[in-house]
Amino acid sequence: MSGVVGVVVFPGSNCEMDCIESVSHLGGEGRLLWHGDEDLGSVDAVIVPGGFAHGDYLRPGAIARFSPLMVAVTRFAAAGGPVVGICNGFQILTEAGLLPGALQKNRGLKFLCQPSMIRVETSDSSLTSRASTGDELSIPINHFEGNYTCDDETLARLNDEDRVVLRYVDNPNGSVDDIAGVCNEGRNVVGLMPHPERACNDLLGSSDGSVLLGSLLDLVA
Amino acid sequence: MSQPLHRALGLTDDEAGRINEILDREANPLELAMYSVMWSEHCSYKSSRIHLGRLPTEAPWVLVGPGENAGVVDVGDGIAAAIRIESHNHPSAIEPYQGAATGVGGILRDIFTMGARPIALMDPLRFGPLDDPRSRWIAEGVVSGVSGYGNAVGVPTVGGEVVFDETYRGNPLVNVLCLGVLPTERLVLAQASGVGNLAVLLGSSTGRDGIGGVSVLASAGFSEADDGDKRPSVQVGDPYEEKRLIEACLQLLDEGLVVGIQDLGGAGLTCATSETASRGGVGMDVDVSAVPRREPGMEPHEVMTSESQERMLAIVEPEGLERVLDICNRWEVNAAVIGRVTEGGSLRIMDGFGGEVLAEVPAASLDDEAPLYDRPREAPLLPPGPSADDLDAPTDPGVDLLELLADPSWVYSQYDHQLFLNTVIGPGDDAAVLRLKHPTTGFDTGRGLALTTDGNHRWCAVDPRQGTALVVAESVLNLACVGARPLAVVNCLNFGNPEHPEVMWQLSEAVDGMSGACEAFGVPVIGGNVSLYNESAGTDIAPTPVIGLLGLVDRLDTRPPGARLAEGNHLVLLGPDEVGLGGSLWGAAHGAPGGEMPFVDTAMHTRVTTLVRNLVLDGLVAGVHDLSAGGLGVALAEMATRSGVGVHVARVGDHRALFGEGPSRVLVSVDPERLTEVLHRATGAEVDACRLGLATGDRVIVKDLIDLSLAEITSTFIGRLPEALGSGTTNRQPDSR
Repeated sequence: MSGVVGVVVFPGSNCEMDCIESVSHLGGEGRLLWHGDEDLGSVDAVIVPGGFAHGDYLRPGAIARFSPLMVAVTRFAAAGGPVVGICNGFQILTEAGLLPGALQKNRGLKFLCQPSMIRVETSDSSLTSRASTGDELSIPINHFEGNYTCDDETLARLNDEDRVVLRYVDNPNGSVDDIAGVCNEGRNVVGLMPHPERACNDLLGSSDGSVLLGSLLDLVA
Repeated sequence: MSQPLHRALGLTDDEAGRINEILDREANPLELAMYSVMWSEHCSYKSSRIHLGRLPTEAPWVLVGPGENAGVVDVGDGIAAAIRIESHNHPSAIEPYQGAATGVGGILRDIFTMGARPIALMDPLRFGPLDDPRSRWIAEGVVSGVSGYGNAVGVPTVGGEVVFDETYRGNPLVNVLCLGVLPTERLVLAQASGVGNLAVLLGSSTGRDGIGGVSVLASAGFSEADDGDKRPSVQVGDPYEEKRLIEACLQLLDEGLVVGIQDLGGAGLTCATSETASRGGVGMDVDVSAVPRREPGMEPHEVMTSESQERMLAIVEPEGLERVLDICNRWEVNAAVIGRVTEGGSLRIMDGFGGEVLAEVPAASLDDEAPLYDRPREAPLLPPGPSADDLDAPTDPGVDLLELLADPSWVYSQYDHQLFLNTVIGPGDDAAVLRLKHPTTGFDTGRGLALTTDGNHRWCAVDPRQGTALVVAESVLNLACVGARPLAVVNCLNFGNPEHPEVMWQLSEAVDGMSGACEAFGVPVIGGNVSLYNESAGTDIAPTPVIGLLGLVDRLDTRPPGARLAEGNHLVLLGPDEVGLGGSLWGAAHGAPGGEMPFVDTAMHTRVTTLVRNLVLDGLVAGVHDLSAGGLGVALAEMATRSGVGVHVARVGDHRALFGEGPSRVLVSVDPERLTEVLHRATGAEVDACRLGLATGDRVIVKDLIDLSLAEITSTFIGRLPEALGSGTTNRQPDSR
């Protein structure tokens, strides 16, 4: 009996059903969670999916961090539960203080939806345990605000503590140090801009995302 | 202010007289305002309706044909597909970002009004030349608007077109197509029924934006000075409101809480209330004071004709109201009871239920009794320009080829084209292919939907009838290239001023061309949109009927190959040899848009499309690309640059064979082991197959005509749009004095 991956829905989220479909395609079970609820129920991992929570008004994630369910997500993360923020979900986790840094507008000031090559920088995270350091994965990006930034001190810590989880092979958006994904100190909370749920089926162009979501499913099995 | 009110509202003296006859009294100002928007060209199709009746609209799989918010076809496994195309040309010329954004919003509402979840958008876009700063301003704004709204509302944009041409300098074309899927049994129609039922207005509050958009903007051409004055007629879009509205409406439909539902688009509340009542054979009392407003002091005529975006009108039974309000509350969607279904056929606008009656008209008269014009038609005396057949052969065809290349990826990389995990083939190929999954159970049918949009103003300027037939043929061929068979057409007829007899002749000819081709290929037309008055400073655009074609891929276990080559592939040209330079991209680029154009042999075309579809489905070709604008030369260059492999080709006689355009022609790349089988199949299908050469190396070589490095072709292809659009824009009108 495998565990359940909860997928948080805010008004304006749009990748929630894609996450559920890919989790289930990989043999897991996904369950939608409503942002206005106060507890997570019995889930074993949480995905904060992509989209435009609260219309990205003010700035991406700035309003979503105040949703009642985020209190429960924060508590779950503090207790070591695996939490993954994808795209808008990454933005929300940085706004909520669960991950360091921030996502600003792409260097080219345009929205970018395109394939991208991502290099795995550590296999020690809730999203990369099935991968090996140095693996290169083809996973699409789809964002306007994906340009990761943080202060020098934070960047040094991220590098020293091996917390840069993923890097772009060919940086598309100007992210500092080519960063595509990072994790927290406990390594259980991971945020990334690329969409692994869009790369779990060869019919759609790539199944390289399976190794990432599969790693998460290993933790809840 | 001496002119009578009806003329200020865009009604003719005859039309005003007709309104008074219907009412059997003098219409009051509110009633005149309501008729003026409903009888506008945009809403009533008064100039085009008599011609549209000639289109074939029936087939066993058609569930809903033209006239509803969207056409619907049965695609099997309990799934129906809803599709519609619309134009937002004039708003986009005035305010590109919002014009395009609200175009996307409007078409989405047409689709979920039918009970369908929107799953894909396509945007055929046409702008003035790239060297015109204002055209670049419009292009950038429109693409940003589609991106900003479409991405945020959460519906992928899986394809479209982008064309730059002098004819669209003053009047761009921004068309948008939406495809949705629904469980077949959930099909809902936009009608009110059940006396005593309630009309609930959902979504945004009503403001002064977009008042008279259909009559002021969409039903008149542009002059030089007044564009800025029209800006308040353009609406402003809010994709976040629309996203919540979609989710709320689909949940209302899932729970069976609505009797009928209608979006508020052109002509706003007037259109939504009168059409739902008229279709249901009932009347409606509307309490105008109950409509939530954005600002105080709005007059009833402003509330009734406002085109504020992101609004829907749901007809619900009184006992279901509480649950409806609960669902709306969950999605943070405003809901207000603003009307009641009544007996008889009167639409009454009141200041409070039981209060003063501000307007009372027969609901059906706003729609059914709109005027119908058979405007004068006359073939133009002159061809569109010099004949391309008279041009000298180019001294260096390689230079000419480079000039014709433009990669549209600058446009579509700004669109989310992958959401919902359906996109097997996205933008940039001959047609998009989407997995066909059941919209509520998620059941994967193992089949696919294919979608393409096509238009060609160059062909249609030379001969609108034959040009439109060629466009339909190209659409069918595009679908064949991804292994799909055609199911249904929607069209967007973009033409100039219908008061010009040449324009009405073009429209009538185009309808006949489309009708003939659709009948020959067995494809019904299930919906459409007519956009007239596309003119600027008295000059009409070239006739531009745009076709949206939906098809089915019967087996989708592997990805169709797309326009690809691999080292060592044989290049084979399937289809007839006949091409013409008349209406060709090459001719137009050299100032000669006229000349002779080949005709579509529909029997031959069907043999070619059937052959190509089967070759793709059976996995016999490594790559496939139809020959369209720019002919064989452009097709070779596109396949080479997308694959990073050069070509070495012979048997191309001259520039005419290289750049000439004709129907039913497809370039396939074939693995050597499969060449015999492919040629054998072509013979069996009675289709000519010509071996042109090989995919190899890093140069594009056409013997005696072209010898270019792949690197040069690729950098020109990829660089054209970003370089041109990176060179600055302005919204200043050119100084015409």
